[in-house]
Amino acid sequence: MSIEHILGLVTGIFFGVLLQKGGLVRFEKQVGMLLFKDFTVLKFMLTAIAVGMIGITIFSHFGVISLNHRPMNVGAILIGGSLFGIGWVLTGLCPGTSLGALGEGRFHAIFTIIGMIVGGMLFSHSYEFLYNTVLSWADFGRIGIPDITGISGLIIMPLFVIGVVFLMRFLEKKGM
Amino acid sequence: MKKIKKVYVLGALLGVLAVVSALATTWLLERTLFIGTSTSFVRAAGFIERIFAPEAVYGSTLYNLIGIRIDWQFMLVIGIAIGAFISSMLSRTFKIEFVPPIWRERFGSSIVKRGLFAFLGGVIAIYGARLADGCPSGHGISGLMQLTASSFIAMFLFFAVGILVARIIYKEGGSGK
Repeated sequence: MSIEHILGLVTGIFFGVLLQKGGLVRFEKQVGMLLFKDFTVLKFMLTAIAVGMIGITIFSHFGVISLNHRPMNVGAILIGGSLFGIGWVLTGLCPGTSLGALGEGRFHAIFTIIGMIVGGMLFSHSYEFLYNTVLSWADFGRIGIPDITGISGLIIMPLFVIGVVFLMRFLEKKGM
Repeated sequence: MKKIKKVYVLGALLGVLAVVSALATTWLLERTLFIGTSTSFVRAAGFIERIFAPEAVYGSTLYNLIGIRIDWQFMLVIGIAIGAFISSMLSRTFKIEFVPPIWRERFGSSIVKRGLFAFLGGVIAIYGARLADGCPSGHGISGLMQLTASSFIAMFLFFAVGILVARIIYKEGGSGK
C-alpha cells in the first residue's frame, strides 16, 4: 500500500465511523428525510458543509489548497441529478452510505452495491453517446458561485454559515 | 448550558475531516483531493469487466479516462465499510438486516422484492450520479463546501426529485403489500 492508499483508507474509516454514529447509513434515516419524518440527514450534512466551508474557503483563499469544482454541465446536471433522486428513493441509500450500511450488518445494501456497479458498467458503455449528446449541450466549465456573482467566497461563506445556524435553530424550535 | 445535539457534533467533525483531508492530500499527494465516492463504483465495474472482457475495458473511453486502478477514493470507499463496521461493533448497533423496517411496513417482508428495487434504484442512482458528476458526497459535501455552482443545482435536484418520488411510492398509489 502506498501513502495514497493509506491516506484514502484512513480518511474513509473516519468517514464511516461518523456516518455510522450519526445513523446516516440507515435506510430509514435517508428515506425518512425524503418523507420529512426525520431531519437527521439534513442536519448532519448542513453542519458538515458549513464547518467545512469555513476551512476550505480560508485555506483556498491563501493558496494552501486548490479548489476542484465539478463542471456546470447543464444537461448532465439536470438529467443526472433527477435520475439520482429517483434511484436514491428506490434503493434507500446513496453510494457512500451503501458501504456503511453493509458494514453495520444491513445486508440488503449488497443489492444496492451490485446495482451501483452494474449502473457504473452501463454508464461507461454509454459514455460516448452521452459525450455526443447530453454532455455537449451546454457546459459552462468548472465554476463556483463567486465566479458567477463576482462576490468573494470570504463574504458568501459567513452568510451561508449564518443561514445554516438559523435554519437549524428553526428546526430545533419546531421540534423537527 | 443546553447540551448540543450529537448530530451537530458529528456533522461538524465531518466538516473538520473534509478540511483535514484536503490539506493532507495537498501535502502528501501534491494535489488537493475532495471526498467523493461514486466514481469508485465505475472503477469496480471496470475491474469486474476486465476479468471477462479485457478488450472492452481497454477500448472504453471512460475507463481509460478514469483509469481502472485502486486509487485514493477507492480506498476511501472501502474505509467507509470498515469504519461503519468498527463503530457499530463498539456501540453494539451492528445488526443483520435483510429488509429495512419502513420498507417492510409499506411493501412487505419479501427479500426478493426489496432486492429487486434496491438493485434497480442502485443502477439508476449511480448512472445519475456519474452523469451529474457527483453524489451526495462529491456534490453534497465536497461541492457545496467549495461553493461549486453545479453542486447547488445537483443537490437541490437530488432532494427535490427524491422528495417527490418518495411521496408517490410511500404515500399515495400502490397497493401496499
